[in-house]
Parts: sequence; structure tokens; C-alpha cells
Amino acid sequence: MSAEPRLVEVRKNVLKQNDIVARALRDGFRKNGVFVVSLVSSPGTGKTTFLEKMLTSLRPRAKVAALVGDLATENDAARLARSLAPVKQITTGTICHLEAAMIQNALRGWDVGPLDFLFIENVGNLVCPSSYDLGEDLRLVLLSVTEGEDKPLKYPTIFNSADVAVITKLDLAEAVEFDAAAADKNIRAVRPGMPVLSLSAKTGQGMAEFLEFLETRPRNREAVALSPGSR
Amino acid sequence: MHELSIAISIVDLAAEEAALRGSAQVLAVHLRLGSLSGVVKEALLSCYEMACARTPLEGSQLLIEEVPLEVFCPECQAGRRIASLEPLCCPACGTPCSEVIRGKELELVALEITA
Repeated sequence: MSAEPRLVEVRKNVLKQNDIVARALRDGFRKNGVFVVSLVSSPGTGKTTFLEKMLTSLRPRAKVAALVGDLATENDAARLARSLAPVKQITTGTICHLEAAMIQNALRGWDVGPLDFLFIENVGNLVCPSSYDLGEDLRLVLLSVTEGEDKPLKYPTIFNSADVAVITKLDLAEAVEFDAAAADKNIRAVRPGMPVLSLSAKTGQGMAEFLEFLETRPRNREAVALSPGSR
Repeated sequence: MHELSIAISIVDLAAEEAALRGSAQVLAVHLRLGSLSGVVKEALLSCYEMACARTPLEGSQLLIEEVPLEVFCPECQAGRRIASLEPLCCPACGTPCSEVIRGKELELVALEITA
């Protein structure tokens, strides 16, 4: 037996474990006809307000539920519970993103079968969530009008990993002199062809259009459309 | 900053693969890292030693091959290398390109092990 070092080929994705769990989740969701939407954005973009309004609007006509990730507190779950939809908080401790296994654990004991929509609100972070597939059908990246139109250029990876961009807090657009054309151009620079929808969860402007977009998405897709690469 | 989680995933996968090959010790890990992977090389390198502590990878080296971004241009019908992450446009004809061919890699390519 020789102690000479040797080089062996492996060729495996480092996030193989996450991808395996995400694939199993996606298979399960599709089998049950559950359409899964994840939300990513920086902290304070309005994910929770937007989600609360979506849950409230959809609940009379669809079975909806939500998982919400934060480093600490159950505050968001408490807020979302006002929509009367089933909600579960995932507290990640010091981890800055959600991983597929956290979704799997959170769903343990939950019968997702009857659901039409499951929403997953990621930790507010525009960097790390981009690497982790959560088994979702549609990844929304939110950008509020108060954040600056060049955010997509600063965080191209997350915008590139998303399927749809949602511009939030439209009611403040005038006050902050939001340049919608520039935002649109920047989003499409990092993700050509990405649909962009603008709305205000507070006033309801654009919400009906967004919900229509969501409810007319094709279900049980063979592959995640628009999303090349690992996702 | 999720590079520590990524470093731990690398160590776990490398240890598993080394054990499958009956190896006692891993000397080096060869990784391919795409520029659109969402992982920063320097941050990953600085976490690596910590992730290796008290594992069969303790003392091993992480060797990173960076993979530049390459997109498919529907106009030129060809793969095009892109220097920065934006805009995702063909450097030859300026057409926006949404199809990423290369650059999302986070792949453990090979291990240097002792038998």
C-alpha cells in the first residue's frame, strides 16, 4: 500500500444535498398541484406586507399557506396570521438564508396536499438566498421604489436567479422620484426578458394585476421556465 | 455572507467522497467556482480552514478554478463570454442574452487523497 497522493475525479455539485432535497420537495408539490412561490428581497422592501395582502386576497378563492424565514422573532408569522391563512415561522438563528432542508422540516406534520399556493418568504438578503433552490415554481425578487433603481446592477446574482421582479411601495414613487424606466432597464440588463410587475400593497394599486399573473401561471411545469442553470 | 455554510458543504461532500474511495487523508480539494454562483472566492478561502477543523480535511488546501460567465446569444447563435455580470448582453452584437451556459458552477471537481 502506497501513501503516494493521488488525484481522483469527483465532479459533484457542492450543494448536491440541498438540490436533492429541493427536487424531492418540488416533486411532492407538483404531485399535489401546489404552486410554490418564494419571495426574496433586501430587508424592508415590504415582503411581509405584500404577502399578507396576497394571502388575504387569495384565501376566499384558493387554499393558501405561508412559511416565513427570519433570523429571530415570530413577528412576521403573527402579522401574516391576520390573513387567517396557515402560517409557520422558520427562525434561522444566525443563518442568512433559507435552505431546502429548512422547508422540509417546517412542512413536517403539515398536509400540503390540499393547498393551491404555498408562499415562502426568505430572509431579507439579496446575496445568499440566490444559491439555494427551495423547490419553488416561481421566485419573486422584490425591489421597493425607495431602494434606488440601480439595485439590480449591484446585486445581479439574485436578480438573475429570480423569475419575476416585483416593484413595491408604488404609492411612494412620486415622493422619491422613482425612475420606473431606469429600474426596468436595469432589471432587464441583468435578467433579459424577466417580467416586471409594479404595485403598492398598501393602496392595492397593481395587486389585482399581480394576482391575475400569479393565478394564470401554468402548473406542473416540466422544468422551471426562464431559469437556466442550476435552478 | 454564506460562505461558511458553503465551506462546510464542501468539507462534508469531500469527506464523503474520500471515504468512498477508502482514503485516510485529503490533501487538496479542487473546486470550480462560477462568477454567477453567488459565492465569493476570497470569503470562501478564509472560511475553509475553519470548516476543516477536526475533520478528515484538516490541513487540506482548497484550490479554486474560477469560471467566467458565458451566455448564449440567440442572434449570433453562439456562446459568448461576458466580462462583468451586467449587462447580460452579447459583447459582439449587443443582444440581451438570458441563457447562461457557464458561470453558475459550484462544483467539487477532484480530490487529492492518500490511499
